[in-house]
Amino acid sequence: MTSQPEPAGLQVDIVPVQGELNVGPQHPGSGHMRIYVKLNGDIIEDIDLDVGYVHRAVEKLSEIRNYMHLIPLVERPAILDSIHMNLGYILAVEKIIGVDVPERAQYLRSLAAEVNRIASHLYGTGILGIFLGHSTAFMWGFGDREVWVEILQALTGARVTNSYIIPGGVRRDLTPAIKEMIQKALAYQRKKVRDWYKIFVKNPNIRSRLENVGVMTKENAIKWGAVGPNLRASGVYYDVRKIEPYAAYSKLDFEIPVYKEGDAYARLLVRFEEVEQSMRIIEQIIKEIPEGNILSDRFFKQIPPTRLKKWWEGQKKVVFPGYYASFRPPKGEAVSRVEAARGELLYYLVSDGSPKPYRLRMITPSYRLIYVFKQLAKGARYADLVAIYGSLDYFPPEADR
Amino acid sequence: MSAPQQASQSLLSKLIQDVISKFKVTGKAESETRGFIEVDKTKIVEVASYLKEVGFDHVKSVTGIDYPEQNQFEVVYHISSYSNPDLAKVILALKTKTSYKDPVFPSLYSIWESVWTGERETYEMLGIIFDGHPELRRLFLDEDFEGVYPLRKSFKLKQEGMFVDKSA
Repeated sequence: MTSQPEPAGLQVDIVPVQGELNVGPQHPGSGHMRIYVKLNGDIIEDIDLDVGYVHRAVEKLSEIRNYMHLIPLVERPAILDSIHMNLGYILAVEKIIGVDVPERAQYLRSLAAEVNRIASHLYGTGILGIFLGHSTAFMWGFGDREVWVEILQALTGARVTNSYIIPGGVRRDLTPAIKEMIQKALAYQRKKVRDWYKIFVKNPNIRSRLENVGVMTKENAIKWGAVGPNLRASGVYYDVRKIEPYAAYSKLDFEIPVYKEGDAYARLLVRFEEVEQSMRIIEQIIKEIPEGNILSDRFFKQIPPTRLKKWWEGQKKVVFPGYYASFRPPKGEAVSRVEAARGELLYYLVSDGSPKPYRLRMITPSYRLIYVFKQLAKGARYADLVAIYGSLDYFPPEADR
Repeated sequence: MSAPQQASQSLLSKLIQDVISKFKVTGKAESETRGFIEVDKTKIVEVASYLKEVGFDHVKSVTGIDYPEQNQFEVVYHISSYSNPDLAKVILALKTKTSYKDPVFPSLYSIWESVWTGERETYEMLGIIFDGHPELRRLFLDEDFEGVYPLRKSFKLKQEGMFVDKSA
């Protein structure tokens, strides 16, 4: 290959070199995953994702655990999105045992889910920031996330794996102190989002690293089965909260941001606008949340009166009724889906009438992004690998399960 | 169109009726948004191509289920649509079975590319071979993982007692 003659005598011959590179499994830019990159010069010819470093065999373990014991387990794969993992699983269980959920619990589910969505998007943005060498975004992302994690902690009693949602309702009620916390957090985050735009989203360096990088057309997004913000950044209007509303979403007013560019920058913008929409939802929930019980009557009646007096009347907490210990749902199967922070999360539950599921299939959003990432990286520059990876918000433990 | 359609019939049950009359398969709409079709594995490619033409454009999940008492495997594809707003509400399960002796299914990769991850995982976890998949090899497990396929029921998990067990 002959290079163009340079004026100042800087003549460089570029010799195309073919080779392979291992990125990870402990590289800061890969998480718990090895990316085996085949290069030609600095163009990626193909990548092979070596996933499974954090595989926890949730599907196999579900065969030897009761339905209730599975709640903390299914949350583990995505600790930063545990409310959604919890919610999706419970929706499947509720479908199979056929129980109705009181209105107030539905609102509380939406509230917890949206708080978690904001926290998760801030995490994703922070990781994208550090991939691109923007340390401030990393620290801001994790700092701002803390505000929302604190709210979840106040609401559910746990920081990350909350196990908040149970069949028929939720475990704890909202208190005036938490409402106040949420209002403060909303005011803080609104102010902070403006700063985020100034320092990160509209930063010319970030824009030039992300614009026209990893472009996924609408056709490809559909063909490859992309999910969540990545799908919406490619111009597909698809959000489970609108398509098949669960919890209280049919009563809440919000919009779904959609971009048609399909590049890494559009994916970042979609996430940012979703944070704003989530705050809008939280605000509505705080205002409109109806009074009532937080657990279905069918289960609430089974709580012994002394415990009701101590926990429910005293601290607005639900003590598990005995029914939950090892209930046997009827034979059958259920498919449930929720819009988790990274996209659509699907549970397929097959029950054979015993206290343990016969088969639990958990399809997480990151799992469906494995193929998308592989295809997107083909033909990209090596330097853009981390930009594509970060913009997809791929989370290895969630894919491995 | 063969069977007389009622006006109250939902989109999904109408669609499943169509498939049943066309391909002589069984199926049922369980609700307005969920339904299943049971197909013989020799017909699955045909049925899948038809469903793709109708508007189902991606696969959400590929599930393999082991039934040791009946000596057979079941593979379930959950399909839906992104581009068709009516079908987007629907999740259709496409089920097919085969015996232990012949755990080979035709891959649906040529119809829906999104089965790539799911079929590969089902292969490594249950030992079901998808004929026509471009890269059918291990995905999640270690290279030196020993023993049989972990999601088969014959693979027993060692359980530790939660409390100290009495020695026998």
